[in-house]
Amino acid sequence: MTEPVWTWAALAGLGAFHGINPAMGWLFAVALGLQEKRAGAVFAALAPLGLGHALSVAIVALALALLTPLVQPDILNIGAAFLLVGLGFWRLTARHRARVGMRVGFGGLTLWSFLMATGHGAGAMLLPVLLRMKMGEAGHGAAQHHGGHLPHADDLETALLAVGVHTAAMLAVAGAVAFAVFRWVGVAFLRRGWINLDLIWAGALILAGLGSVAARL
Amino acid sequence: MPNWKPDPTFYPSPRMAMQAPAEKLGYVAIFNVAGAKPDAMGVVDLDPKSSSYGSLVGRTEMPNTGDELHHFSWNACSSALCPYAPHPHVERRYLVVPGIRSSRIHILDVKADPHQPKLVKVIEPGDLAKRAGYSRPHTLHCGPEGIYGSALGAPNGEGPGGIFLMDHDDFGVLGQWEMDRGPQHLAYDFAWHLGHDTQITSEWGTPNMIENGVVPELLLGGKYGHALHVWDLRRRKHVQAIDLGAEHQMVLELRQARDPTKTYGFVGVVVSTKDLSGSVWLWHKEKNGSYAVRKVIEIPAEPAEPDQLPPLLKGFKAVPPIITDINLSLDDRFLYVSCWATGELRQYDVRDPLKPKHVGSVHIGGIVRRTPHPKSGKVNGGPQMVELSRDGRRIYFTNSLYRAWDEQFYPEGIKGWMVKVDVDPKGGMKLDPDFFLETAAGERPHQIRLQGGDSSSDTYCYP
Repeated sequence: MTEPVWTWAALAGLGAFHGINPAMGWLFAVALGLQEKRAGAVFAALAPLGLGHALSVAIVALALALLTPLVQPDILNIGAAFLLVGLGFWRLTARHRARVGMRVGFGGLTLWSFLMATGHGAGAMLLPVLLRMKMGEAGHGAAQHHGGHLPHADDLETALLAVGVHTAAMLAVAGAVAFAVFRWVGVAFLRRGWINLDLIWAGALILAGLGSVAARL
Repeated sequence: MPNWKPDPTFYPSPRMAMQAPAEKLGYVAIFNVAGAKPDAMGVVDLDPKSSSYGSLVGRTEMPNTGDELHHFSWNACSSALCPYAPHPHVERRYLVVPGIRSSRIHILDVKADPHQPKLVKVIEPGDLAKRAGYSRPHTLHCGPEGIYGSALGAPNGEGPGGIFLMDHDDFGVLGQWEMDRGPQHLAYDFAWHLGHDTQITSEWGTPNMIENGVVPELLLGGKYGHALHVWDLRRRKHVQAIDLGAEHQMVLELRQARDPTKTYGFVGVVVSTKDLSGSVWLWHKEKNGSYAVRKVIEIPAEPAEPDQLPPLLKGFKAVPPIITDINLSLDDRFLYVSCWATGELRQYDVRDPLKPKHVGSVHIGGIVRRTPHPKSGKVNGGPQMVELSRDGRRIYFTNSLYRAWDEQFYPEGIKGWMVKVDVDPKGGMKLDPDFFLETAAGERPHQIRLQGGDSSSDTYCYP
C-alpha cells in the first residue's frame, strides 16, 4: 500500500457520493423496511446492495489493472475521458427501466444494485482516481523484467482494495441515510429533500472526464 | 428539462397525498354524441371562491371527429418515487387521452396554460395496432416505469384485449405487456398492489360485443366478462383466474387498497342476470398465497312499471342499479358506488373491508326517479364516472356511460351534466347546490381528472 493517502480519501469520498444517491439503493432499503414494518429489513438490504455495487465497480477496477501493463498511460487517460464524458451526456437522457419489483430476494437486490451502478457509470467515475494510483508503475516494471504483459499481483490487490474502500464508504453512508429516514425523518422528506442527483451525477461524470485529460496536459 | 426537486404533486404515500391542497381545476372528457364535431377536453373551475366556479373555463378540441374520449391519465404521478425505478424529477404535465372508438391517443400539455391544454402529439391507431396488437384503448395509469394502458381487443374487434406500455418521455407505444396471458381473453380495468408486484385485471367484452350496444343474448347467456385475473407484475405472467360466476355480468372497475402493503381491493359488478342486482366484491390474498373473492355489497333492483322503462328492461318490470363505477378514498376508509340506472351514489364505510357499512346516499337522475339537482329540473342519466379529491372531502361525477349504451337505458338521449358532492369526514354526503354543470347540446361528459392528482390517478410504493 504505497498509494498516496489522497487517493484513498477520494475513493471513500466518491463512495459517500454514491451512497447518498437514492438510485444506488438506500431508498430501496427504506421501502423494504416500511413494507415489512421492521428495521431489520433495512439492514438486511445493505449486504446485497453493497455486493451489487462492488461487483460493478470491480469490473472497472480490474479491467484497468489488466490494461495498465498493456496500454500507454496517455491512451488510457484519453480513453477514460471519452468514456466518462460520453456516459455523462448519456445519463442526461437515460430512461428508467425497472428490472425488479418490490418483492426482491438477495439475488434480485444484488442484480438491481449491479445494474443501477453499471447503468449510472459508478465504476467509471472512479477512473480518474484509479489512474493516479501507482499500481500501473509496478506493472510496467514487471513487464520490462519478464518481457511479458501480465498484470502484477500487487496491482490486482490494490484494485480490489480500492473497490473495498469505495464500497465500504458507500454502504456506511447509504446505511446511515436509510436508517435515519426509516426511523426518524420519514419518507415525506423525499418531497423536499430529493434534489436531482441524476443531474449532479451526469455533471460529475463529465467533469471527471475533463479532469482526467487536464491532469495530463 | 427535468426538475431540480420532485414534482410537488408526487407523494410517497396515500396518507401524505391526503394533505395535498384542494384542487382548483378539473379536466373532463367531453364527446360529441353524433360524432359530427370533434370531441374536447373540458377544463372546469373547481375553486369555490372563483366567480366562474362550477363552469367550463377552457376547452381544447381534438383534431378529428368520432374519437369518443372516455378515460385518460397523467403521464407521470406518485409512482415515480418508487425505489426500484426512481425518477421523481419528471413533471406531471401531460394528459394522455385515448378515444375509445377511434383508438387514437392524444397527448395534451397543461403546463403553459392549465386552462387551455395544448395538443402536442397524436398516436395513431395503426401505431398501437402495429406495436402492441391492440385496439380500443380504455383505462390508463401512470406506472413506476412508464404508462400502462388497457385495450378492449384487437384491431379486428375480436379478442384478446390486454395491456400495452407507453414511454412516459416520448409517448411511444412500447408494445404488448403480457408475456404469458394464460386463459385471459377479455379485458377492461387493471390495478396494482405495488408492494407485492401483483396486478389484477377485470373483464368487459371485446369491441364487437359492445360497440353496437349491449347484446341481450350475450348478457343473458353470461358471455360478458365475469372473472378477475391475478398477474405477476414483474414477470408479466398470468398466475390465477378467479371466476365470479357467469350470472355476474361485467366485472369492471377495480380499486385496490391504497396502502401498498395491503393485499385486498374492491371490484364492481354491473348486473346479475339472476335478479338484476348489482354487487361489489372484495378480492384478498389468502395465507396460501392465492387470491380469493367474496361478495361484500349487493344492491337490489327496484321494481318499476313497464311503461317507465326502456325496451331493454320492460320485460323485467324492474330497474337494475347498473354499477358502472366505484372509487376508494386514499385512507382506505370510504368506498363510493355509482348506481347509474337507479340514479344513486352510495357511500360505504369499508374500514372493515369484509363488512362494508352503507353510511350515505345521494340521489340524482335515474331511469324512473329522474331526481332533480337543486339547480335544475328533473335530469336523466345517473351517477357514473366518479372522482374523489385526494383529501376525500369532495366528489365529482358525470352522467354518461358509453355512447352506444346510453340510448338503451335512456332512449330519449342523455343530457350531459357534472355535479359535485361534499363529504362529511365522519361519513355522510350531500350535493353541492351551487355546482351543476351542463354540457352543450349534443355533447356528453365522461371521466374527470383533478389538477395535481385525485384518488384514482396515482399509485404509491410507501405505506
